[in-house]
Amino acid sequence: MTQPGTESNPLRVAIIGSGPAAFYAADHLFKQNNLVIEVDMYDRLPTPFGLVRGGVAPDHQKIKSVTKVFDGIASNPRFRFFGNVEYGVHVTLDDLKDHYHQILYATGAQTDRRMGIPGEDLKGSHPATEFVAWYNGHPDFRNCQFDLSVESVAVVGVGNVAIDVARMLCLTPEELAETDTADYAQAALKNSRIKEVYVLGRRGPAQAAFTNPEIKEIGELAGADAFVRPEEAQLDELSRAEVDSSKDRTLVKKVEMLQELARRQPTGKARQLTIRFLVSPVELIGDESGRLVKMRLVKNALYKTDAGTLSPKATDHFEELPVGLVFRSVGYRGVPLPGVPFNDRWGVILNEKGRVIDPNTQQPIVGQYTSGWIKRGPSGVVGTNKPDSVETVMCMLEDLQKGSILNPAKPSWSDAEQWVKQRQPRYVSYADWQKLDQIELERGKAQGSPRVKFTRVEDMLAALGR
Amino acid sequence: MKIENILATKGMQVHTILPDRTIKEAARLLLQYNIGALVVVDDTGRPVGILSERDIVHAAARTDAILAQKVSAVMTQHIITGTPHDDIRSVERTMTDKHIRHIPVMDQGQLVGIVSIGDVVKAQLEQYAGEVDTLQTQITQG
Repeated sequence: MTQPGTESNPLRVAIIGSGPAAFYAADHLFKQNNLVIEVDMYDRLPTPFGLVRGGVAPDHQKIKSVTKVFDGIASNPRFRFFGNVEYGVHVTLDDLKDHYHQILYATGAQTDRRMGIPGEDLKGSHPATEFVAWYNGHPDFRNCQFDLSVESVAVVGVGNVAIDVARMLCLTPEELAETDTADYAQAALKNSRIKEVYVLGRRGPAQAAFTNPEIKEIGELAGADAFVRPEEAQLDELSRAEVDSSKDRTLVKKVEMLQELARRQPTGKARQLTIRFLVSPVELIGDESGRLVKMRLVKNALYKTDAGTLSPKATDHFEELPVGLVFRSVGYRGVPLPGVPFNDRWGVILNEKGRVIDPNTQQPIVGQYTSGWIKRGPSGVVGTNKPDSVETVMCMLEDLQKGSILNPAKPSWSDAEQWVKQRQPRYVSYADWQKLDQIELERGKAQGSPRVKFTRVEDMLAALGR
Repeated sequence: MKIENILATKGMQVHTILPDRTIKEAARLLLQYNIGALVVVDDTGRPVGILSERDIVHAAARTDAILAQKVSAVMTQHIITGTPHDDIRSVERTMTDKHIRHIPVMDQGQLVGIVSIGDVVKAQLEQYAGEVDTLQTQITQG
């Protein structure tokens, strides 16, 4: 038989997950003009786009506009979406091997890292990811409860998730109304009694992961004064030397912007958002009923590692910060998929450049690949997944050339559909999703917001008449 | 971005060699795995040096009997190691300033990987490419 990739014998690829990494991989596969490739994309939710829908903050609609690019990719007649179909539940690896020449996992980093300190499980302490998924209307998280009647909140971490969470907590009802924040979350946030939001960084202003536009945004919030403690905005000697010698204008500007926040006086806005530097939580402390009431912080000093990074080291100075709510955002990990080798150290699928590796032989497993956060860990912006997925697709094409692909018993477009229908009669196609999308947009138009999301799988299926 | 993001896509195997092996054996490993350096470890797995192509070339310029020499005679003993949490930017800087092309990575006393200057440059390029793509998308679609 000839090598797959022709009109009569297309290369059949299954992609598990439908976030940016999944779409960029499909895109690069479709760009191979000399090959005929069919892509079936699976997602456990009826809705596509992964963290673009469920992670990117609802007041960042411009970032979410990348879905138009994904729509373009999905319009390829050789693309299909099987939503509401879960790997490991409705379909297994053995099933996929029956229908596809190559399988790509792009399931993202779904759990958060723990801080590993006493009191982490007190009432009032949550992973930031749960809050993010909740305000973005993710069906699995819509029933989460966050006590927004407290006065003070700390967000641990200074990555973009931490900043998103802090900003969302500070939005006014008017600002919220312009977003596609889930309706129940808008209602809860409107009644929030939060006055103080702290963002806690282990290192100093020069090492903060957030971007300059994010700092600008925080400085311009309608309902909150942004603030940095003057003593924490000052650079220590090591950081000063690093910034001076880097000649990195973005970094210089970042430090200046943070120091400008340190010079600001409160203007009497209802809330205050304070970015703290050089502090690490060492304990969360609760009352008799197990409710979080305060956290103990240790002050850090920076030292230079052998490889040149300025890292935090705890000093013997401690302080207590009264907070009723804590969101931790100190890193993310992937979740192992049934039958797929996992690298527990990094929390990713065991892989080399996107080829899944057999832990016993250290050799690639034929026909299995990965891209996105489940491949490299959580890093970068939406677009970072493009070069990442291109690297993986290059490996897939190289292996195809070598004939190193799976040998499915039923490599046909229609067989796959029959089989999915049998396993999950209530699967959602891309056309179905576009109907849902249209309804969400229209509901949004009616109330002057970008969209009103469906947040229950049952509601989505009902809207589709299932 | 951190070193762990580079190591995440490099499998689990770290290519090492014992100090009493020959340069010929080392050269074969470099060829076999298509890499530029081996971490030299003692029999407890502790790194005691690094052997790069450059070390071998320098030694070859000094002696014709290079292939039979022991790794320990040719390797660089002073090694700069990193941790998974080192920032890629600072590692790139350290590599440039100190003229080194490979950094073995240690985590809680264990050798967990090695990053080359090529890995670091690739990670930086992809980061910039990703940022540019995201900005362009926002401008054209937003």
